[in-house]
Amino acid sequence: MSTPGSAPWDPQVAGAIIDELKSKPGALLPILHAIQNRFAYIPEAAVALIAPALRLSRAEVHGVISFYHHFRTQQPGRHVVEICRAEACQAQGARALEAHAKASLGVDYHGTTADRAVTLEPVYCLGNCSCGASVRVGDEIYARMTPESFDELVDSLRTERLEVQ
Amino acid sequence: MATRIYIPSDTTAKALGADRVARLIETKAKEQGVELNIVRNGTRALYWLDPLIEVDTPDGRFGYGPVTVKDVDSLFEAEFFNGETAHPLALGLVEEIPYLKRQQRLTFARAGVTDPLSLEDYQAHDGYKGLRNALNLDAQSIVDAVKASGLRGRGGAAFPTGIKWQTVLDAGSEGEQKYIVCNADEGDSGTFADRLVMECDPFMLIEGMTIAGLAVGATQGYIYLRSEYPLADKNLNAAIETAYANNLLGEDILGSGRHFDLEVRIGAGAYICGEETSLLESLEGKRGLVRAKPPLPAIVGLFGQPTVVNNVLSLAAVPFILDKGAQAYADCGMGRSRGTLPFQVAGNVKQGGLVELAFGPTLRELMFEFGGGTRNGRPLRAVQVGGPLGAYLPESQWDTPLDYEAFSKVGAVLGHGGVVMFDDTVDMGEQARFSMEFCVAESCGKCTPCRIGSTRGVEVIDRIRSGQNVDANLELLSDLCETMLDGSLCAMGGMTPFPVQSAMKYFGEDFVKNASDAQALAEEA
Repeated sequence: MSTPGSAPWDPQVAGAIIDELKSKPGALLPILHAIQNRFAYIPEAAVALIAPALRLSRAEVHGVISFYHHFRTQQPGRHVVEICRAEACQAQGARALEAHAKASLGVDYHGTTADRAVTLEPVYCLGNCSCGASVRVGDEIYARMTPESFDELVDSLRTERLEVQ
Repeated sequence: MATRIYIPSDTTAKALGADRVARLIETKAKEQGVELNIVRNGTRALYWLDPLIEVDTPDGRFGYGPVTVKDVDSLFEAEFFNGETAHPLALGLVEEIPYLKRQQRLTFARAGVTDPLSLEDYQAHDGYKGLRNALNLDAQSIVDAVKASGLRGRGGAAFPTGIKWQTVLDAGSEGEQKYIVCNADEGDSGTFADRLVMECDPFMLIEGMTIAGLAVGATQGYIYLRSEYPLADKNLNAAIETAYANNLLGEDILGSGRHFDLEVRIGAGAYICGEETSLLESLEGKRGLVRAKPPLPAIVGLFGQPTVVNNVLSLAAVPFILDKGAQAYADCGMGRSRGTLPFQVAGNVKQGGLVELAFGPTLRELMFEFGGGTRNGRPLRAVQVGGPLGAYLPESQWDTPLDYEAFSKVGAVLGHGGVVMFDDTVDMGEQARFSMEFCVAESCGKCTPCRIGSTRGVEVIDRIRSGQNVDANLELLSDLCETMLDGSLCAMGGMTPFPVQSAMKYFGEDFVKNASDAQALAEEA
């Protein structure tokens, strides 16, 4: 899902992913997910492979990618940190949390820190609405986040950087 | 015999540390030579008590919670695994906790009771009885049962489910491909009941969809699941695999010769894809642009074929109806709102969680008798019911009964049953601005009132809040809201004004206060 894969771009791997999925009905989203799960983003080169395989124009594929918030066309940092901006989390301090996150990381939403450890993204609801404010990193959800616990989380992500994948 | 203990495993319990607690208890038990059989159940969704650990005893399941890793040593010292102890986290028998005992859990009867991925558990708790009954009925009789239950779509629009099914049953010619699509794009803030079904009781959804397939003659189902729910994805896929391995899905369901296939498809972070026609476009691999209706998806749906599009909770209610009978379901509720609605109490709440109730109690009872008021103890000021497109209710409306029609009468919606509570520090001008901002971010862009209206809405609210021509701009905002209400293609643009208008009507002082502060500031400068 949103856990960024670490694989470097490889057109052969991408081609194999596309071949495996292209005959599914409505194959484009499954293919885009599989590519992003593998390479952490959808490079322009992938669009050039997907379009002919599905008999679409590159503009059509690009149009689908750009419609959905989840898909990204730039390599993210090692960790994608998503902060819930929705109402239930607002009621539990999410506005202060997002302001703190942007200030402490020195980036706005969709930005990546200079050390490439963290890409910050907004998200609208993680379904953890009784125990906000909520943050997602990869497939982990964190509950009752405060600016302090956010800093601890980011510290732990930064020190994990050398962990063997 | 090893003592069986239960440690919850849904997203919120995990986010509160349930996995760490489980690992520590396992290690500790080994060290001390205590034989434990640890079952990872779903969750009871009494979230202020999570992680809620339950110990099987002859009298029932004894609870401890909320358990953190720091409590594990003292729990072992107290020998919690023997059941009842005097440990400070001891809660008594879980089923006797008033928050749970006072609920009417029909759809969520198994949540937190069973291991979500155990087919044996599911079947031991009435699972697949509904499907077995349905296999002995003809299609029309299944549709009739759902009609008789009074079940209305739980996604928010509350359209009678049986009538939708009838339309699909009657559509197309003999043998035409039809589809069952489950809308699991639960994007409303404050809602998590769909997630709970998929994480804690996935077989129930699979069974409900299979029955729907039998009812309308569809052989293929898709669950359109939002990408924000990774654990639901994992559990659904594991349960689907088990169902196939046990002839509960596939070409010959339980030897009946009936065919139903099921696949999970993942969305990609677009709120609008919770709108059924946008969802179908997305399933077809396109941008999630809303379709004009008619034609209804029931007649021209996925890939142009007749399609049932139902919310998770609607489909999840079906096994109960086919097992216990339509009347058992219809016996709950009030007026035209039959059965139960799983309410989700969220935001600034002391006792947040899932509260499944028959329609009828008041919002105030839900927020105070169950919710216990705000988490930080400040006075409650505003409540948003029904997601980001639902109205904010002031205290004067908290005695409204939880019923589709009663909410509609006060200009509000019950929607998917999400209740988001805000304390008195909330700035309702800011909340109104957010509603418009959210619409800017999530509008599919097909119709002008929604795409452009929302952007203009943010600008006008900013002008009001900064004290520019306040009266004229308030009038302009009212006018804009009317335009969006009347002119939008779907509920996204058509309902975004609900929270804005309710904020203006009942919390107008927040707009003006901010404006007068801004004016005073400007005059000083």
